[in-house]
Amino acid sequence: MLLSPYATLLDRVRVFALLAFCGVVLAFLVLPIFVPVPLSVNAEAFFTFPLAGFSWRWYDEVLNSTQWREAIWHSLVIAIGATLLSTTLGTLAAVGLNSPRLPARRAILAILMAPLVVPVVITAVGAYLFYARLGLASTFTGIILAHAGVGSPFVVVTVSASLTHFDDALFRAALICGARPLTAFRRVMLPLILPGVLSGAAFAFVGSFDELVISMFLASAQQRTLPMQMYVGLREHLSPAITAAATLMMSLSIVLLIVADRLRSRR
Amino acid sequence: MTETAAARDPTLAAAVRRATRGQRLAAAGLVAPLVLLLVCSLCLPIASLLGRAFYDPTMADGLPRTAAALAVDTGATVPGDAAFAALGADLAADLKDDTVFRVAQYLNTILPGSRSHVLRAARGARADAPYTRESLLAADPFWGEPDTWFIIRSGVKPFTSTYLLAAIDLQWLPTGGIGPVPPGQGIYRLIFLRTFLIAAAVTAITLVLGFPLAWLLATLPGTVASRLIMLVLLPFWTSILVRTAAWTVLLQKFGLLNDLLLWLGVTSGRMEFMYNRTGLLIAMTHIQLPFTLLPIYSVMRTIDPSQMRAAYSLGARPVSAFLRVYLPQVMPGVMGGCLLTFILCLGYFITPALVGGTADQLISNFISDYINVDLNWPMAASLSFILLGATLTLSLLFARLVGGGRVRIF
Repeated sequence: MLLSPYATLLDRVRVFALLAFCGVVLAFLVLPIFVPVPLSVNAEAFFTFPLAGFSWRWYDEVLNSTQWREAIWHSLVIAIGATLLSTTLGTLAAVGLNSPRLPARRAILAILMAPLVVPVVITAVGAYLFYARLGLASTFTGIILAHAGVGSPFVVVTVSASLTHFDDALFRAALICGARPLTAFRRVMLPLILPGVLSGAAFAFVGSFDELVISMFLASAQQRTLPMQMYVGLREHLSPAITAAATLMMSLSIVLLIVADRLRSRR
Repeated sequence: MTETAAARDPTLAAAVRRATRGQRLAAAGLVAPLVLLLVCSLCLPIASLLGRAFYDPTMADGLPRTAAALAVDTGATVPGDAAFAALGADLAADLKDDTVFRVAQYLNTILPGSRSHVLRAARGARADAPYTRESLLAADPFWGEPDTWFIIRSGVKPFTSTYLLAAIDLQWLPTGGIGPVPPGQGIYRLIFLRTFLIAAAVTAITLVLGFPLAWLLATLPGTVASRLIMLVLLPFWTSILVRTAAWTVLLQKFGLLNDLLLWLGVTSGRMEFMYNRTGLLIAMTHIQLPFTLLPIYSVMRTIDPSQMRAAYSLGARPVSAFLRVYLPQVMPGVMGGCLLTFILCLGYFITPALVGGTADQLISNFISDYINVDLNWPMAASLSFILLGATLTLSLLFARLVGGGRVRIF
């Protein structure tokens, strides 16, 4: 594929150099992510190799301290709430966008995609000042609303992508056969676009579960999330418990990546 | 067909509009909930933040009597006796409900050092002998300075352009007109420049690293490529915090990277990578590389390899075939990926805060500090205004280049 059957020595050297370069770049991308894994089972509180011995003590510290457990719980509650909200509204919006009759399409698209480009600090500061006036600052509702807004473009994009493969005639056929629009959506359209909906939901979930900046501005100690707990740890007292938390978060990402990939190949 | 026929016939057009009204309403109704959510969770908050760049009632609320006195005293910069007495009464009243601290803060941000003057005057106020021009000037000659009164005069008007000008290192001069702030006080142009330079550097590095890899992924047979793409997507899916944590561990003075460099003999001593520009660039490049690479890859995959073979068989040398056949076709992907990375880099906040040093803080870090530490909301709003303006302009360019939403990055 890379080499022609008549490759000269120079060609071979070039291809080898390219492969070596790409190998280094891939290593740069992937290896650093796995650095916390061995350190998280290190018996000593050092960040250096070789390891002093094997121990689960840092996992014990993360999973059995109230602070970390509360942070994980808050993150899960917020991420599930934000995912449900953004997936429901995002799927509806994608179906609406799919209609050629939608008025003011450009303006609507601009609003729907805005969360992707607005710097997150501006979103966070704006929400902080605005929600304080509505009494939504330092509430789970406020954080879920803000996270759902930021996560929704992913759902709109993935569901829109699966709708391009959906034949509108199927929906009309269901209506002609006497199904109400909601039934036709639930029984005909939703099963066919489900991979897109679920992979959008996975994106929204990861986005909210990892989100730090908005949580930092909106949350008080009662809503402290896992990323906030990690941020404080990285900033103030660098403890190996961070590497255990990082490994746990990364495992979740890998599982969701594999799920999303399976869904995508089904599409 | 009906659409074109309708365009020619107005009565038919009206009939089509009537017949499709239900569909239009249904489509709008489906989009409406999400638009409403985004208006509430994004548009209104941002609008209320940006509004604070122009509207600041601190001084008008804190010094109502002074504002009234100055409204009728439009003579010289330093006003007559009535305004002095009003200022004295305002400061004495403010001490009771802590507004004086906000007034002091306001003056201090524009005229550094004036906080203590305001607090001293407020604390020196006595109920039995209200301040007059003479007693205020005797207590502190600061109140006789034209600069002081110039700031009070512009401050008591709630609508102001002071902060927006300050965000680009400009100010209203006491002599009238707009001029640069005193040397040593202007920092924002430097910070914007730093943010743009770091964003440009990260964009360039990710392009150099990502372009060959994207080409390899687009050229390799499907199964191998899809495995390798997973390796690119893995960091893309991993939390920024996790990756920053990994780099924090790696880049320590006694961390793995220094061990590796010493072992390879590249360096003779341990280098500092944390809390400086090098570490920040490494960590940001790592986070942004997939964002630059994936749009390039998605365009490269659509290019038929036989085109290059055709160019070779027509006698083109590899370099000219690449420059004249391949590159023009992948340019939309390259521009898209680079712009995406550049736009995202402008808003970086977590990585500079954790990996960068004090000289590597970007504009978002200053916005956050103005909200959390200095409590100077109008200044945060003005910096946000400029950052958002730059980001939206570039995003429009991005949408124009790649045709909005057609880039598939996942």
